[in-house]
Amino acid sequence: MDILNAFVLLFNFVVIPGLTYGCQLALGALGVTLIYGILRFSNFAHGETMAFGTMAVILFTWLLQGWGVSLGPVPTALLALPVGILCAILLLLVSDKLVYKFYRKQKSTPVIYLIASLGVMFFYNGLIRFVIGPDDRIFTDGERFIFTARQFKEATGLEQGMSFKMTQGITVFVTVICVAALFWFLTKTRTGKSMRAYSDNEDLALLSGINPDRVVMIAWILTAALATIAGTLYGLDKSFKPFTYLQILLPIFAAAIVGGLGSPLGAIAGGFVIAFSEVFVTFAYKRVLGYLLPESLEPSGLVQLLSTDYKFAVSFAILVIVLLVRPTGIFRGQSI
Amino acid sequence: MKKLVLALAATTMMSTAAFAEDIKIGTILGYTGPIESLTGPMAESAELAMKEVTDSGKLLGGSTVTSVRGDSTCVDAAAATAAAERLVTSDKVNAIMGADCSGVTGAILQNVARANGIVMVSPSATSPGLSTAEDDGLFFRTAPSDARQGAVISDILNDKGVKSVAITYTNNDYGKGLAESIQSNYEASGGKVTISAAHEDGKGDYSAEVGALAQAGGEVLIVAGYLDQGGKGVIQASLDTGAFDTFVLPDGMIGDSLPKAIGSALDGSYGTVPGTDSKGAEVFDANAKAAGIKPDAFSAESYDAAALIMLAMQAAGSSKSADFKSKIMDVANAPGEQILPGELGKALELIAAGKDIDYVGATAVELIGPGESAGNYREILVKGGENTTAKFR
Repeated sequence: MDILNAFVLLFNFVVIPGLTYGCQLALGALGVTLIYGILRFSNFAHGETMAFGTMAVILFTWLLQGWGVSLGPVPTALLALPVGILCAILLLLVSDKLVYKFYRKQKSTPVIYLIASLGVMFFYNGLIRFVIGPDDRIFTDGERFIFTARQFKEATGLEQGMSFKMTQGITVFVTVICVAALFWFLTKTRTGKSMRAYSDNEDLALLSGINPDRVVMIAWILTAALATIAGTLYGLDKSFKPFTYLQILLPIFAAAIVGGLGSPLGAIAGGFVIAFSEVFVTFAYKRVLGYLLPESLEPSGLVQLLSTDYKFAVSFAILVIVLLVRPTGIFRGQSI
Repeated sequence: MKKLVLALAATTMMSTAAFAEDIKIGTILGYTGPIESLTGPMAESAELAMKEVTDSGKLLGGSTVTSVRGDSTCVDAAAATAAAERLVTSDKVNAIMGADCSGVTGAILQNVARANGIVMVSPSATSPGLSTAEDDGLFFRTAPSDARQGAVISDILNDKGVKSVAITYTNNDYGKGLAESIQSNYEASGGKVTISAAHEDGKGDYSAEVGALAQAGGEVLIVAGYLDQGGKGVIQASLDTGAFDTFVLPDGMIGDSLPKAIGSALDGSYGTVPGTDSKGAEVFDANAKAAGIKPDAFSAESYDAAALIMLAMQAAGSSKSADFKSKIMDVANAPGEQILPGELGKALELIAAGKDIDYVGATAVELIGPGESAGNYREILVKGGENTTAKFR
């Protein structure tokens, strides 16, 4: 019974939040890695792309709610997701035409792209604040929980409760579907294969008649879709505040680099490595050990490795170690 | 000889009777920045007191009082200092009603008020650090120090029979000072603080912070943060994981938006916010509404701050800071006839007639120690999705 309690405790405070956060990071990192693989630069505007897509979703969700449309227990925002994705695709394609295309013609170095994307980021930043403002927006509706801590306690008779939020369930579910669809697309379809070829060796791909404009366009479309989904899931689970999307850019890049830039599988692995290391290292194990150890050995302190203040430091420490030991990342992506 | 005596007598009379003059009071508040929604009514309330005095025509032989506004920004010490410098050197204000946030108030006090010998009365700076700051007797505040709030919260916890608490605070001067004050008071009274951990504002995810707090345990969670910021995030995450059910909410967490955002799960939580049940509070509310002001947090304190400055001028018979700085404590405290808001004219008359007054004002002002409000608090209980008043302390 004690072992079960310890497990439930860990699940409630570490595994479930870590899993959800990992999914959100993985989806974000996939977008970064796709752009890096095809266009060969680190897209700093990715966090703001997520925020822009989410903003479009929120605006359409409000419209739907105004019409009285709802999905019952599931958040209405899922219904608005396609519209948000379309808006984000439009935004990214327009920015590509107006900004990045010029640098492609110039055959600029990645650093120039990177700085250009920084400028684009500030533009999106202003655009988002202009349209929806800098405030916190909560747009979750429907059921809040799949099961609450109290229901769990009553059902199992355990001392510790475990809650599972609807938004957490949706996050995991949607991520699995997205990742499966993306991998199917990249490995099984003709377009996907041409994208991978383009990413592996641009010159060879061009020689074999792959249309580079088409590959770039599809990369942007996929990125817009992934960013909007990641942003909306993050916003549903927490709340939508433009500023937090700027902050989440850092762990997303850490995830992409740790996993190996340009490697989709690496982006997913990196997302979970970053998410779980943040929670595992800053968690206080006092009660878990209290259940597992005999009473005489029960710890009196908190048994916390690092204070939660250092949460961000953890992901960066991992990033530094990976870059030192294995610069290409866990899954052998491109080195930067 | 006779003529000379007469002339001398005439000049001395003139200097004591004082000419009617135009007195300027600098109203330095953060009209832009994180508390900009509060500062509008605060300035209007202070200006209400000035208008009342001007209209009565009884201050220093019919002097008028005008307000000169300056923006403290609440967070940018350099900008606040520059604004105060301008008011003192170019507008030549006689005193300052402000500033609002603790950090900028300290900066203006050290860089401008002390350098120029100008009296400052802050309506809302609550940091305990200001109690011990060097001030040359120039600094007063009508807001209580957070050291007092810590004692009040500790009393509430003991009254409710809470034996152990966890504390989380927003990582700045306000949060840290308040958390330390609560912890020292509560531990002195025999309570147990299991953990006191900081949280950063403006993050999306607080599950790691809540995880640590939950493992340390405690019957209630004290959230010394901001209601639109990390404080709300911590409460939401605690409720979601079932870590805590009851929360203690200090003044930064009191506002209508919090119960609205969290919903019925917040019912049963309690907190504190400066406030009194004195008759003055009611009178002030009515007067302010009649003047078209919507009183919010710290509006009443602002009215009192401005009123104290003008009453002290009358008591000293001078509008110079050096002359009236020693009179502020006198007019604020007993003995004397009690003065409510709206009775400033009467108070000026009494002082002119040589009588003592005890300014009660809108917040039952009682200045203690280094010139700060003794502190009256309203105990809040969240009930039915609303902040309700449980009692006054």
